[in-house]
Amino acid sequence: MDDQFLTETKPTWCPGCGNFGIWMALKNALTTLAIPRENIVIVYGVGCHGNMRDWMNVYGVEGLHGRALPVAQGIKLANPNLTVIAVTGDGDCLGEGGNHFIHAAKRNPNITVLVHNNEVYGLTTGQASPTAQIGMITKSTPSGVVDPPFTPASLAIFTGATFAARGFSGDIPHLTELISAAIMHKGFSVVDMLQPCVTFDKVHTYPWYRERIQKVEISEENLRDKKQSLELASTFGEKIPIGILHTRVEKTSEDCEIVANNKPLASIPIVNLDTVGILSQFQ
Amino acid sequence: MKTDITWAIGGEAGFGIMSSGTMLAKIFSRVGYGVIASNEYPSLIRGGHNFVSVRITTALVRAPKKSIQILIALNKETVTLHKDDLDDNAYVLFDEKDYAWKTEEFLHPITLLSVPFADLVGKADGDLVMRNTIALGITMYVLGKDLSLLTQMIQDQFKGKGETIIAANIQSAKIGFDYGKEHFPTHKECNLSEGIIQESHLVMNASEAVALGALAGGMKFAAIYPMTPINALIPLFADHAHELGIVYKQPEDEIAGINMAIGASLGGARSMVATSGGGFALMVEAISMVGIMEVPIVVDLGMRPGPATGMPTWTEQGELQMVYRAGHGEFPRIILAPGDVQEAYTLSKLAFELAEQFQTPVFLLTDKYINETLWQLPSSLMKNQIIEKGNAASHADILPFKRYDVTTANGISTRSVPGEKDHEYIANSYEHDEHGFTTEDSGMRNSMVEKRLRKMDAMKKIALLPSVFGSESADITFVTFGSLKGVIFDAIQELETQGVKAKLIHFAWVYPMNEAVQKILSSEKRLVSVEQNSTGQLASLIREVTGVTIGEQWLKYDGRQWTSEEIVKKVKGI
Repeated sequence: MDDQFLTETKPTWCPGCGNFGIWMALKNALTTLAIPRENIVIVYGVGCHGNMRDWMNVYGVEGLHGRALPVAQGIKLANPNLTVIAVTGDGDCLGEGGNHFIHAAKRNPNITVLVHNNEVYGLTTGQASPTAQIGMITKSTPSGVVDPPFTPASLAIFTGATFAARGFSGDIPHLTELISAAIMHKGFSVVDMLQPCVTFDKVHTYPWYRERIQKVEISEENLRDKKQSLELASTFGEKIPIGILHTRVEKTSEDCEIVANNKPLASIPIVNLDTVGILSQFQ
Repeated sequence: MKTDITWAIGGEAGFGIMSSGTMLAKIFSRVGYGVIASNEYPSLIRGGHNFVSVRITTALVRAPKKSIQILIALNKETVTLHKDDLDDNAYVLFDEKDYAWKTEEFLHPITLLSVPFADLVGKADGDLVMRNTIALGITMYVLGKDLSLLTQMIQDQFKGKGETIIAANIQSAKIGFDYGKEHFPTHKECNLSEGIIQESHLVMNASEAVALGALAGGMKFAAIYPMTPINALIPLFADHAHELGIVYKQPEDEIAGINMAIGASLGGARSMVATSGGGFALMVEAISMVGIMEVPIVVDLGMRPGPATGMPTWTEQGELQMVYRAGHGEFPRIILAPGDVQEAYTLSKLAFELAEQFQTPVFLLTDKYINETLWQLPSSLMKNQIIEKGNAASHADILPFKRYDVTTANGISTRSVPGEKDHEYIANSYEHDEHGFTTEDSGMRNSMVEKRLRKMDAMKKIALLPSVFGSESADITFVTFGSLKGVIFDAIQELETQGVKAKLIHFAWVYPMNEAVQKILSSEKRLVSVEQNSTGQLASLIREVTGVTIGEQWLKYDGRQWTSEEIVKKVKGI
């Protein structure tokens, strides 16, 4: 099958980079879901992950470092018929953009956030990210990381995300399922995507992850239970559970607005100010 | 009989001082008077000194006056702080329980009218908050007007607050009016002649006018983090979002606000943010992104004294140079600075047209004074809201679609919106090629920079010229921008009556400047820039853009708006 998403630009990621698996899984998911290409908008953060914009033939927005989520929410509120996906990284989303991440989770916009999680800042040549494990030696932590890491999925669940999953870039079919489920979920969906940085992280390699990841299948009832979900999501060490960790249905950010009727804002006629009654307060 | 009067009321915050000013202004606007109400207050919710002055004139009015003819003091401090602003023969209404003022304590000969506000409250429902309604009742009597104008306003203003509140206020108004009738029957000096304005007007501040102008300009999305002095925008959007067909979001911070607005604009909705200097500082990186992505965005920046938190509830024009240079890198922008509420409305509407036309940020530079002063604007402005469409993509476009076509003469390229088939592109914060794909190619970089900057030439051609008022050959020519328009207008009129030929050149379209500005300025005898800042930011900009040096700069930076009286005195060397 022709890859409808290819552009003339070839990927520039390092050979073996986890981003390849993620890119493939995302394209598979979008193909499986058969979303018209023109209705997909991907908002990228700044980092290695964000370079995907140049080899992904959809409406794309390469924003500022850390600011993908507010842009994504703005697009979704302007036109709720669009499938809006934020492709972001652990540094972009949880470092620079941490405030936006927790507030987006709180609002529950119907957007999907794919967090490329490799524990380092690759594009700036290998400093520790907010998900870096204690003791990890990087360019900015020569004696090892001292601050405890975030686990993106548990942060998402705790702050209100209605869907959270964790996947592995080395298991493309499984990650495809997770991304598809996240896109299909009506609400704020976060997929924490574990990926090795083959250039700047010699510890968290493909074999390292393969030894630890365990696929979990959780009953629907348990998936709605925030407490159980949080426990699974924050488990990260000798065992790393991957799969859908949390899902429940809540009112979305758009449900509270005029766009709940699925009309793009631009298509709503401009009202006559003297007929809507807004002016009486000035008389 | 008077044709021009300034009434003022002061007291502790939390006692309805502000709303009594609003009510009085609306009452007189309804029956053909010119009104303007300005306030002063500290950054507090309770306590502290709140002060509102309302100038009422029989014809239209452009600015408040400093000198007061009627002062209502709901505490001692009101008199202490404002007694030097009292006009000759001014009335001071005060409660002896606060302090027993004597005429010899005043600079000017004034009339003291003792009113037992606290005791009169006891006659109504006993709530001290009713003192201001009693004061309004007395005011109607002293101005020689019918009480019914006030009772009607009370009914309209408190509609929805319940019959009990309306009845209590009407009773208090009557108690005040009757007190005046009984005790001050000979005090007729402040009776007002009839207002002569025929046209119907609305009374609002510039924030509200910006909001209405935005709606008329097709605004569909606003993300506003609360900040003085632009907060009045928020309820207009938030309370009426569904009936207006818009989305208002309160973001987690100003960075999120501007980025949401950018997203909504990319998604096809005309979008805006509003903030003050500190909030805008957080938005600056995103403004730079607006520059490279070429997104239509309107930013309403309500200036107040800085640096940092500064004096949050006072006024300044300190952010012109910041807005002019905001954002790393070089890209075009438009800066508009409304001079009054009518311009706030018309320029806000225009800002959305310009943003769409040029695909750039457009700034509305307002300030605390204009955003919180109540002025009038003609109701007729609210009709005929037809908007111009920008340069939208169509089926006629050559594929593959070039969102950033570098070959157009004016630098403006066709814009598509997600959902449109075959018009995909990347809105890229990196330098990009004509499709939006990242590039570091030397040739494409040059073409793209030049494409963006060509818009500046196109903007200059349509840039509005400054408004010019006053004598053709003036001895003194004031140059200013934004909210000082009315104040200086009043000053040059007063100077004219005193035999001084004066002129005002007012920039509402500040940047980029029309090429003709240089000629307009160079033919003047004596140029004086009057600004509400300490470094002469407009004069610097004019020098940089036109090469014209403005010889004198009159600067005020104490947080209080220039008054026409101060300008006249300065001209006369007093």
